[in-house]
Amino acid sequence: MNRNLGTALTLALMIASAAAAAGERFITVASTTSTRNSGLYDYLLPKFQAATGIAVRVVAVGTGQAIRLARNGDADVLLVHHRTSEEQFVADGHGVERFDVMYNDFVLVGPKTDPAGVKGGGDAAAALKTIAASKSPFASRGDDSGTHKKELGLWRTAGVDIAAESGTWYRETGSGMGATLNTASAMNAYALTDRGTWLKFANKADLGILVEGDKRLFNPYGAILVNPAKHPHVKAKDGRIFIDWLISKDGQRLIGSYQLKGQQAFFPNAKAMN
Amino acid sequence: MNDFGDAFWAAFQLVVSLDADLTEIVGLSLQVSLTAVFIAALIGLPLGAAVALFRFPGRMAVVVILNAFMGLPPVVVGLVVYLLLSRAGPFGVLGLLFTPTAMIIAQVILITPIIAALTRQVIEDLWSEYEEQLRSLGAGPARALTALLWDGRFSLVTAVLAGFGRASAEVGAVMIVGGNIDHVSRVMTTAIALEVSKGDLALALGLGLILLVLSTGINGAAFLIKEMALKRHA
Repeated sequence: MNRNLGTALTLALMIASAAAAAGERFITVASTTSTRNSGLYDYLLPKFQAATGIAVRVVAVGTGQAIRLARNGDADVLLVHHRTSEEQFVADGHGVERFDVMYNDFVLVGPKTDPAGVKGGGDAAAALKTIAASKSPFASRGDDSGTHKKELGLWRTAGVDIAAESGTWYRETGSGMGATLNTASAMNAYALTDRGTWLKFANKADLGILVEGDKRLFNPYGAILVNPAKHPHVKAKDGRIFIDWLISKDGQRLIGSYQLKGQQAFFPNAKAMN
Repeated sequence: MNDFGDAFWAAFQLVVSLDADLTEIVGLSLQVSLTAVFIAALIGLPLGAAVALFRFPGRMAVVVILNAFMGLPPVVVGLVVYLLLSRAGPFGVLGLLFTPTAMIIAQVILITPIIAALTRQVIEDLWSEYEEQLRSLGAGPARALTALLWDGRFSLVTAVLAGFGRASAEVGAVMIVGGNIDHVSRVMTTAIALEVSKGDLALALGLGLILLVLSTGINGAAFLIKEMALKRHA
């Protein structure tokens, strides 16, 4: 019986110590897998914590899910990449204001053998149209993420009714960017990805960048404070400090200095440079 | 495929260098899953025994439900716990979402039916074996409950280990309610999922190997304790 008591005490202590660790000053940021997988947060957040004493807990999911988390009040700050949804989020009163933070771009990747023959083109929609015509395998996120929304927009521009092709050559993985790239790499399929995730992605196999540089592949990230008027528990003060830091001269310089494999991964574009 | 060779190498490097992140992740995994197993055993063992020994209306339905819930999909459990703990949900004020406590709650829900269902089977078998004896000693189901739980403790270890196996191996529930936050709620399985999503398959497999070794260690320890105890009783 004594032994059981000992076990119970040990467990109680373990739980208590976990609770004590949770006593630190922190905010929760709902963000996207693409920013997390790029390694930007690992680079940026320790510097923010050193400057302000605020720890940032990043929950990285697709943009769609991140917005739903924020709408439920389960995050203090939203940092995602689909401007239309972000503006809707603010217009619906869930967020206070949207701030430009940075951008990078999307790239169309695919097998180096390039069965559809789209390599080197500068028009993403035209490339997708060619892929559709050749019925070459294409791996889509299919998860309502920012990248998925962007891709669906490009199919519309290309005039392809992509919903009708689902399950044939068009394969919706319903998972994150990395998982989708793993799928594309296993099937030798084309895929749309943000450049950050692509640069860091380690399982490229036979895939390479085929189309880049189209203005339509612009990928802007915005930061929004979740509305404390809707969710009183939101850590508005610390959340604001975080957003202000991101768009400050220091934060912007650090974002621009983050390199992946010798390449700049994100380009700062905050308006209120102070 | 040299991924397997790389995986062993990655696992070896992580273990030998006592990687600080790795020890933290392993520590949190054990903390979450062992706490969940402890709580689930406190609920599941008496619950299973009670269902085995008492006759009440709807008992068959309870048995079927317990057995069916052994196969609860972790993602569904995670989603339900998320909806309950979300700020928009009934327990949102507690602020438990994205904490180890939320992960423990999800795992308790996931494994209590496993422990209860397996316990019911063990106790029912013991009861049919010893019912006459126990009744002749004047022990009805209520008294028999504690006696049989004690008597069957070695078989029940397996039930508890099955619960632990499920808890330490699942990723769906802890991913949703924990959020896989670095240094806060990242455990072995969510770390593996993260490395897969980064395309670092060797590191992911390496972490998987470490998880396997850990769980083999815990099962081995449980086996040894059981053997030693059995010898002492023989």
